[in-house]
Amino acid sequence: MSAEIGQWCLILAVLFAIAQGVFPLLGAARGIPLWMSVGRAAGRAQFLFLAIAFGCLIDGFIANDFSILYVASHSNSELPLYYRVAATWGAHEGSMLLWALILSVWTVAVTLFCRSLTLPFQARVLGVMGLISTGILLFILLTSNPFDRLVPMPPDGNDLNPLLQDFGMTIHPPMLYMGYVGLSVAFSFAIAALLGGTLDSAWARWSRPWTLVAWIFLTFGIVLGSWWAYYELGWGGWWFWDPVENASFMPWLVATALLHSLAATEKRGAFKAWTVLLAIFAFSLSLLGTFLVRSGVLTSVHAFASDPARGLFILVFLALVVGSSLLLYALRAPSIRDSAHYALISRENLLLMNNILLVTAAASILLGTLYPLVLDALQWGKISVGPPYFSNVFAPLMAPVILLAGIAPLFAWREASLAKVWGKIRWLAPAALTLGIITTALFWELKDIKVLAGLSMAFWLIGGTLLSLWSRVQLRSSVLEGLQSQSLSSYGMTIAHLGIAVFLVGLVLSDRHSVEKVVRLAPGDTAAIGRYDFIFKGIKTVDGPNFKAQEGLFEVRSEDQLITELKPQKRSYRVQRNTMTEAAIDPGVTRDLYVALGEPLDAGAWSVRLYYKPFIRWIWFGGLFMMMGGLLALLDRRYRRHKMDPLVTA
Amino acid sequence: MRFLIPLGVFLVMVIFLAIGLSLDPRNLPSPLIGKPAPTFQLSKVEEPSQALTPESFRGRVILLNVWASWCVSCRQEHPVLLELAQRQEVPIFGLNYKDQLTAARDWLSKFGNPYEASGFDQDGRVGIDLGVYGVPETFVIDKKGLIRMKHTGPVTPQALEKDILPLVERLKQEP
Repeated sequence: MSAEIGQWCLILAVLFAIAQGVFPLLGAARGIPLWMSVGRAAGRAQFLFLAIAFGCLIDGFIANDFSILYVASHSNSELPLYYRVAATWGAHEGSMLLWALILSVWTVAVTLFCRSLTLPFQARVLGVMGLISTGILLFILLTSNPFDRLVPMPPDGNDLNPLLQDFGMTIHPPMLYMGYVGLSVAFSFAIAALLGGTLDSAWARWSRPWTLVAWIFLTFGIVLGSWWAYYELGWGGWWFWDPVENASFMPWLVATALLHSLAATEKRGAFKAWTVLLAIFAFSLSLLGTFLVRSGVLTSVHAFASDPARGLFILVFLALVVGSSLLLYALRAPSIRDSAHYALISRENLLLMNNILLVTAAASILLGTLYPLVLDALQWGKISVGPPYFSNVFAPLMAPVILLAGIAPLFAWREASLAKVWGKIRWLAPAALTLGIITTALFWELKDIKVLAGLSMAFWLIGGTLLSLWSRVQLRSSVLEGLQSQSLSSYGMTIAHLGIAVFLVGLVLSDRHSVEKVVRLAPGDTAAIGRYDFIFKGIKTVDGPNFKAQEGLFEVRSEDQLITELKPQKRSYRVQRNTMTEAAIDPGVTRDLYVALGEPLDAGAWSVRLYYKPFIRWIWFGGLFMMMGGLLALLDRRYRRHKMDPLVTA
Repeated sequence: MRFLIPLGVFLVMVIFLAIGLSLDPRNLPSPLIGKPAPTFQLSKVEEPSQALTPESFRGRVILLNVWASWCVSCRQEHPVLLELAQRQEVPIFGLNYKDQLTAARDWLSKFGNPYEASGFDQDGRVGIDLGVYGVPETFVIDKKGLIRMKHTGPVTPQALEKDILPLVERLKQEP
């Protein structure tokens, strides 16, 4: 029964989405207040029905209702309850429903927090979101209905892909989608402002917190995904430049650029045309990511389903949404006037450089992701663009971003005095380089140029960030008062920029100094990596709820001190008959020890992969720092509701 | 005018995406099916002084798996191939496509070697003769050296049980 209720709710949700998309936009164009006010109610009703529909699908999974095709394909009665609930968004249909539900969550948030906006502006924002939602919901109903019945009902289900039976993977998609879909708010604000001709700093001030929230979720989602790949795929890597990873990384880069250019637009009224274009790009890349993942045009480890009908639908939808927004942009942008005047040496221009570099980086990833597709379309053969391309293109673009991030906050808006800035940073470069050389020489080898460069850049960024905080604190009479007088968003920036340094340290050290050994170990044998001895104690068989596993026991000792016991598993899932390697990891601030079982060899021996990964955790710490920085900025006083001045528009 | 540039770029992209959509990367029938496998002479990844030629598997039904150490999907199918190799139902040969010799060997020693032998196709010439579109791909070659099936993308346990192994069994019955 629940599937039919879900189906009906889905249809009702589409109707409300259409109402939300059509009436407010027409009302705003013609000045009919009643039509404009439809958006809010329709948006909330849509959320209600989507929530019920989603609940029905979860119920189908909890109740093991294998008469629902989607449940039968992705669950099993042996699957633990927790994963049965998470399996709701573990595959295509359910994850699209989650996408739609999250969009309606954002819609409700807009109706709650944007009440002080003028009615036409509110109506346009909600209208644009309604149109997007209409497209997604029609996509679900027409090509990917999660409530389709399966007749006759099978005795049991096909089980969830074992790769996804993992805690990180259960919360990764909702977080990522919160980010993806959250960018639709900034997008809708941009379109509403273009439609109404109200592209001013109030628009930027209202867009900032929404972009920030989406960016925080996106950051968290990407960090989770990378962490999951690290411990679950069992290869010891954390980023593979896989099309699906790229699909989440491109919107992140553009959203990062958008955050920075929104700052310039809000504070100085600069770059309006550029900022609005970035807002369009950021959400377009989210949609493109959805297209790439869902259509199967690119093969990928992550891709769930490949279905040309779905691909065609999303492509048409993408073309309509992005094409019409870019057309609107082309029509309206010529009349946008920037009110700001700024000198060559100014924070505005440094932010512009940051933007250009970040967008170029996103474009080069887009190129690398689509290049195989383009070659294929031109019938020049199919190729895979591998990590070498991305590493070669990405590093030279990111190095200047990091160098600029170190000093840009020291530059004043409008016109900065080069002499003043130089006075502050004179010692930064030599100090960073010296510290880099000392740490490299002390702990590693001086001739390791990449480590030296990476650490020096991290010191540069930390030094520059703290210097700029200090130069603002110094303006007050005492340090304490100075620290108190800094706004939360200024602390947010400081922490986010320090996060880049933390990330950089993790990236360089784990890349350059990881040790990886593949050894044959019989019970009782010992393998050594550096000062760590891995002693293989033996193998036993363990039963899981829906798998059987061979579990190895390893003692890790260092100078005869027991460090830890590691229990890696080789699981064989009963239903899908997949073999999964479950690595065992001893995490640490300065190093991870990582053991993964390979293949059984003769006489009880196993091939075993051992890894020593220095500072790898700093990669994710860095991401979490950036996220924390975003959270702090979000808590800034000026975003409290009563402090925001309403948009001044007719 | 310059404000039209984003729209123009986007439209070009949509055209390519539309063409891309009409091409299914997984399911391109190979024009070589029923035709003899191309002749080649490659050095073996495991032992470069030895050569791998079609003579190495003449008279046997085999799988020829195209792989590379840089290929992410190959890691996904690798456990499936290892398990298949242990069952000894059908010998697997490898074509190491556009790879580095040391990287390929590291890969085999790290993740296990399911192949009876792998040919080292550094410049991808043999791959072109085979009509390789993307890595990984797997060919079923019969006793006479004819290509009988091509599987694009990683070999899954399902594809193995449903398509590949039944065909192999049938081909084994052929003279």
